[in-house]
Amino acid sequence: MVRIVYLMLVLLLSGAAAAEVADVYDFSDRAQEQRYQNLIAELRCPKCQNQNIADSNAPISKDMRDAVYRMMKDGASNEEIVESLVGRFGEFVRYKPEFDSRTFLLWATPAITVLGGLLVVAGVVIRSRRAGPESPALSAEEKARVDKMLADRDRWS
Amino acid sequence: MKRFLLFLPLLIALVVGVVLFAGIGKDPTKLESALVGKPVPEFSLKDLHNADVVLDQSLFRGQVTLLNVWGTWCPACKDEHDDLMWLAEEKGVNIIGLNYKDNREDALLWLDRLGDPYRKIIYDPRGTLGFDLGVYGAPETFVIDAEGVVRYRHVGVVNKAVWEQTLLPVFNDAQGNG
Repeated sequence: MVRIVYLMLVLLLSGAAAAEVADVYDFSDRAQEQRYQNLIAELRCPKCQNQNIADSNAPISKDMRDAVYRMMKDGASNEEIVESLVGRFGEFVRYKPEFDSRTFLLWATPAITVLGGLLVVAGVVIRSRRAGPESPALSAEEKARVDKMLADRDRWS
Repeated sequence: MKRFLLFLPLLIALVVGVVLFAGIGKDPTKLESALVGKPVPEFSLKDLHNADVVLDQSLFRGQVTLLNVWGTWCPACKDEHDDLMWLAEEKGVNIIGLNYKDNREDALLWLDRLGDPYRKIIYDPRGTLGFDLGVYGAPETFVIDAEGVVRYRHVGVVNKAVWEQTLLPVFNDAQGNG
């Protein structure tokens, strides 16, 4: 079992290593390079749909990385860069879609789920409060059954 | 209240079922173009047949056009070529080619061998116009109206069925308004 888990882990990590794509770009400083890495990590490849353009080897991803780099050099802001790619390839390339009427449910689902959970918890709490701590957990009839069961057990042990 | 709760799982299953059913048969690799409703991007590229002629977006003015993105490196482009020939010759459709990330010699050889269905071919060896059009895989075919506005984008091979069921309605609609 441990061996299988280990094998899985090795496979998983080797996949990540193999997916890395090396491009040679010059950046004036660390911060710029980090900014570039963040940008290409949050843009999605339209061809190989479950990869970002940082990981993808598709020619179109290379073109998109080139475009990101070029626009950065030209002094464009992150929003301008993302907008320009969205204008060409569609909302699809955003891994973080904008909040609008179409994506409302997508963004609101976690909040709705948490709210639903809270309501259920609140309902359970209120119901148990209403029953009151002093009201006995078992009715007289149930108590009699339990007593009988315990007595039976004592007899046989 | 209790009785309603009993039906809750059924209700959830129904909602999830409807949502998932709506997704069946949709091809997630086919994306709607971001350019639908927008004019063809500005460009200035050479004619494939004649390197002295420079083509630009005014090429799409005046009549409804199919813009077909192709390259000799693209096997699926070969599959659709006969159908493009059929469209151009039998149906008289006005097709403009965008030779995408290819080289001139290979492209001309290909046309010599397979025939040339295009009225004009834009030569885009570096894929700049392709990039501006949001092309992410050849072949892609755009319907462009007489005003030069993109009406539709089809990703993948064009054949008779795709033409009749998908492109022709858009094409006719564009002609009606153009």
